[in-house]
Amino acid sequence: MSNPVITSRDVHLFYGKFEALLGIDLDFNRNEITALIGPSGCGKSTYLRTLNRMNDLIPGVTITGDIRLDGQDIYAPSQDVVALRKQVGMVFQQPNPFPFSIYDNVCYGLRLAGVKDRATLDSAVETSLKQAAIWDEVKDKLHKSALSLSGGQQQRVCIARVLAVQPSVILMDEPTSALDPISSTQIENMLLELRERYTIILVTHNMHQASRISDRTAFFLQGRLVEVDATKRIFLNPAQKETEDYISGRFG
Amino acid sequence: MDPIREAMLHRSRAAKIERRGKLISLFCITLIVVVVVAIFTFVASRGLATFFTDGVNLWSFLSKTTWAPAVKDAHGAAQVGALPMIVGSFGVTLLSAVVATPFAVGAAIFMTEISPTLGKKVLQPVIELLVGIPSVVYGFIGLSVVVPFIRHVFGGTGFGILAGTFVLFVMILPTVTSMTVDALKAVPRHYREASLALGGTRWQTISRVVVRAAMPGILTGIVFGMARAFGEALAVQMVIGNAALLPHNLISPAATLTSVLTSGIGNTVMGSLENNALWSLALLLLLMSLAFNLLIRWIGKKGEMK
Repeated sequence: MSNPVITSRDVHLFYGKFEALLGIDLDFNRNEITALIGPSGCGKSTYLRTLNRMNDLIPGVTITGDIRLDGQDIYAPSQDVVALRKQVGMVFQQPNPFPFSIYDNVCYGLRLAGVKDRATLDSAVETSLKQAAIWDEVKDKLHKSALSLSGGQQQRVCIARVLAVQPSVILMDEPTSALDPISSTQIENMLLELRERYTIILVTHNMHQASRISDRTAFFLQGRLVEVDATKRIFLNPAQKETEDYISGRFG
Repeated sequence: MDPIREAMLHRSRAAKIERRGKLISLFCITLIVVVVVAIFTFVASRGLATFFTDGVNLWSFLSKTTWAPAVKDAHGAAQVGALPMIVGSFGVTLLSAVVATPFAVGAAIFMTEISPTLGKKVLQPVIELLVGIPSVVYGFIGLSVVVPFIRHVFGGTGFGILAGTFVLFVMILPTVTSMTVDALKAVPRHYREASLALGGTRWQTISRVVVRAAMPGILTGIVFGMARAFGEALAVQMVIGNAALLPHNLISPAATLTSVLTSGIGNTVMGSLENNALWSLALLLLLMSLAFNLLIRWIGKKGEMK
């Protein structure tokens, strides 16, 4: 493995006394899509949220271990969480656009960073919406409320909102599970194009989705990382019995 | 006839109970509607009598500044100029809303976003307690603390719009605060998460997303506070000075629609011009509260469409 963007070593996470992650060692390569799969409650979403420190918001959570982004310890006391979250963007399971216009939604991150110049904002909005493959659908109604869009369109606006900040890594927590198959396919195709420029970490319940678009797949079970390998290998010839059982649908 | 068919043709017990429930609720709602319509009709018939029976000009009622219904002027026309009271009512209402809003929004943000535990355990009960204090107590405190204070600092009698504003500010603060708290709490958690995940600081998240998303609710709270301030009679009457004069500054004695009503209505004879003129003031109050209600609905609807 060469030049990983994120490395994590021996990551443990406790909700109060309950240990939800039991020592995860996992690296993510640049410009790859890594899928995290596993049954509900296996810790894959929890793990994902340690990568941009969203778990900090939940009271009673303790995290130990070592997570590095480009060699920097993101849990170091000197780490600026706000700066980290600009570098590691996140797309949630439910499309969650703000109740503002599409334009204001996409600009939100830039405006937080203090960008005021109209031309810069305009071009960022156009680029991001194009990357998120939704420009053609919304270019004539940029100043309409984002809530007036369909679920799939909303989710793509949310992705554009993340892209506008130009993160290096994008975390996606089951981004298509609330969407219909057509919207899901649109988003999958978009992810394949985004891979050229971003590192994408994708939590998914959809086995086909993982096999279609990911380069590597990590299988989680009950807070442990069972196996991580090239997606083809995981799906065709997994090393662990548990992985095989899960993929062939024997449990989960 | 087979039993199923028979059962289908008769009302079941559940259907009978349902029908009874519907009838009872229909009766209750009819009663309420009748009462509201009756009040409107009564106030309107008395209030409009000033203009139709006693021949007072509507425009002079709204724009003249001399309120002396018992006295006729040189031309023999009744002196019923309600402008001083209208100005007084709007003055105390708007000023108290302007003063209360920043405090209320700030307190609500503290209670929901910054320190929810302290907010829930200490501030929420305090706010609820404030709502429950009878208005005469506020008026009494205003009379014995605020009025002397203003007299001491600014001179004059101390009675006036400033004292009224201060008392109303304390009275509407809990209303506006608790409605703002509800509005902020109703903002979905995922808006906050999305903002934080995009690199927003806590303050950016509060000011740019949470408050903005809660804005219709906050505005509704402010209008509710204004409606309460506009309709408050007793506490204001105790501190405003009750002089039906156009106020020329904030510390000169003034009057509001409500204060003139409470002090005057018992001392006039039903059917006389003095009495009818007071009913006209009451009608004005009623129309204003109707306007506040419509405003609240309009804000609510606008918020929904977003």
